[in-house]
Amino acid sequence: MFACIHAPGNLPLLVECARHFSPFIEETSPDTVVFDIRGLRLIFGAPEHIAAEIQARVGLPANIAVASNPDAAVHAARGFKGVTIVPQGREAAALSPLPLVLLGGSPEFAQTLDAWGVRTFGEFAALPCAGVAARLGQEGIRLQRLARGEGRRLPQWRGEPLEFREIRELDTPVDLLEPLLAWLSQMLQDLCGRLRAQTLAANELHLRLELEQAPDSLTRTTHSLCACHEIHLHLPIGIRDEKVFLKLLQLDLSQRPPEAAVEKIRLELHPVEPRAVQHGLFLPSSPQPERLEITLARIRNLVGAGNVGVPELLDTHRPDSFRLTGGAGFSLQRRLQPPSGPGLKPRLQAEACSTTKLALRRFRPPCPAQVWCSNHRPVRISSSKIAGRITASGGPWRTSGDWWTGDPWDRIEWDVEAASGGIWRIHQDSRTALWRVEGSYD
Amino acid sequence: MVWAKIVEESGAGFSLWAPFGQRLQPPSGTLTEIAGPTSSGRTAFLNSLLAAATADNEFCALIDAEDVFDPASAAAGGVLLSQVLWVRCGGNVEHALKAADMLAQSGGFGLVAIDLGDTPERTARRIPLAVWFRLRHGVRNTRTALVCLARQVNAHSCSTLKIELRRDRALWRGGLLQALEIAGRWIRNHREERTRFQIPVR
Repeated sequence: MFACIHAPGNLPLLVECARHFSPFIEETSPDTVVFDIRGLRLIFGAPEHIAAEIQARVGLPANIAVASNPDAAVHAARGFKGVTIVPQGREAAALSPLPLVLLGGSPEFAQTLDAWGVRTFGEFAALPCAGVAARLGQEGIRLQRLARGEGRRLPQWRGEPLEFREIRELDTPVDLLEPLLAWLSQMLQDLCGRLRAQTLAANELHLRLELEQAPDSLTRTTHSLCACHEIHLHLPIGIRDEKVFLKLLQLDLSQRPPEAAVEKIRLELHPVEPRAVQHGLFLPSSPQPERLEITLARIRNLVGAGNVGVPELLDTHRPDSFRLTGGAGFSLQRRLQPPSGPGLKPRLQAEACSTTKLALRRFRPPCPAQVWCSNHRPVRISSSKIAGRITASGGPWRTSGDWWTGDPWDRIEWDVEAASGGIWRIHQDSRTALWRVEGSYD
Repeated sequence: MVWAKIVEESGAGFSLWAPFGQRLQPPSGTLTEIAGPTSSGRTAFLNSLLAAATADNEFCALIDAEDVFDPASAAAGGVLLSQVLWVRCGGNVEHALKAADMLAQSGGFGLVAIDLGDTPERTARRIPLAVWFRLRHGVRNTRTALVCLARQVNAHSCSTLKIELRRDRALWRGGLLQALEIAGRWIRNHREERTRFQIPVR
């Protein structure tokens, strides 16, 4: 079942109207769109009701036709005023009064039929097929089939530009967060609604706020680019919940508000396929990525963006080499083979326990210290962390590396037990001969 | 209260949680406190809890108030770092407690640990009891275990299990640090329990 809207001069409006009913839309001509309405019977009911809904949605004088094939719908919409329902199986009778000029075809074809005295779809459809084929060829057969309402053309659906972008130019510049969030909420609702209609989600959000410039700065920087405030959110998963986006934007904007009133808002989402996860029945639950992303955004605001993440050791012997990676996406990265079997789980735990080792608590940065040595062994230490006599020591261990780079390290490490308590790791930089307390064993 | 003697020997088995049903997990939905001075084995103990939780496919969060967590020694202790979220608070205890509250409320973690091990005792004592109640309330009726490591017990009645560790002596052999000799005691549900156990923090 196909519907056609024919209204001269406003194709974007027709496409926008058709998009509310179907994602499959063909722009047949600059004044006509055809779209697939199969399945709408379950929502709106009979074709008459579907046509009435379309008419109410268009909101301007337009011819609307519903037929079983796109060509019949197009011809009916172009030929009949108002709403036309072409019953399935009776297309030929329904289209018969239409003038032949709507059928299209070459000028020679039109002249020939005019010379024969054939003026309407019905008269052309009544001609014998063999005679039409002998005199007009394959083109004649195709057009006669169209005149009978038997079109078999596959519509060329328009490729939807998957751009989820909203731009608002504000009449009055907004300098408070609350009204700005109200605007963003409205825009996100539209965008997320469109995402849901396309069964998509978004994993990136780009917000660009164009700011009002002070008059003096305008005169000074006439040719400069306008001031703007940009926010780029990269999410580990696709999300289409506008509340999550809005909360993340609110947290970012409250932490880093725009420097001036906002004149124009440009919001863009990058669409991706939504996440489909089959949870294991016997796997422990994990943090919900959407919820965790908001929590992490709050924590980042609290402690700084570079202080939250999943630690990852670097492939180097340099002490304290690691990096923090990822965000909420880490909760999606579970080991591929969950432990299963009766004896495996205790064994894993036993392995985890048997490898328990003395842990080091690192001071960042290492604490400067003054160390006295006797017989090349440290015997006394003074620093802000520890001070006093050293009762036992282990070492020295020399480590060095990265001598081929601009940031080499070369040092001598000792494990020492202080009389005041605690076991510590200290080291002396071989280049500067400075001592530092690296951390405590615990 | 009686201090149980813990002696580390090379290759010794781990049976710290044997009194709690042979499960190397702190109780879920409650607050557990690990207290002890420097070099009392508390960090190795916390790492072993993280290792057991990550080996059990759980996700863990470590809120590091003083930024002292060493990923290398944790990984050597069996912690699966890819399942640990590390929050570095740079010495701000207030931020650490807020972050812990947020993570406890967000749910889904098997273990949320707060490391106040290098926070000055006076600062830790000033944490209002209401904060500990709020943290405990955040994990109540969930499967998240909240663990707090500090120099001394701070949460008092808010914590279900309190483990206090103390270093007796360090074992040096041939100029090498071999192990720590640890003593410990624990109080569960406001009742003291005694047993002998070992922590091989070699």
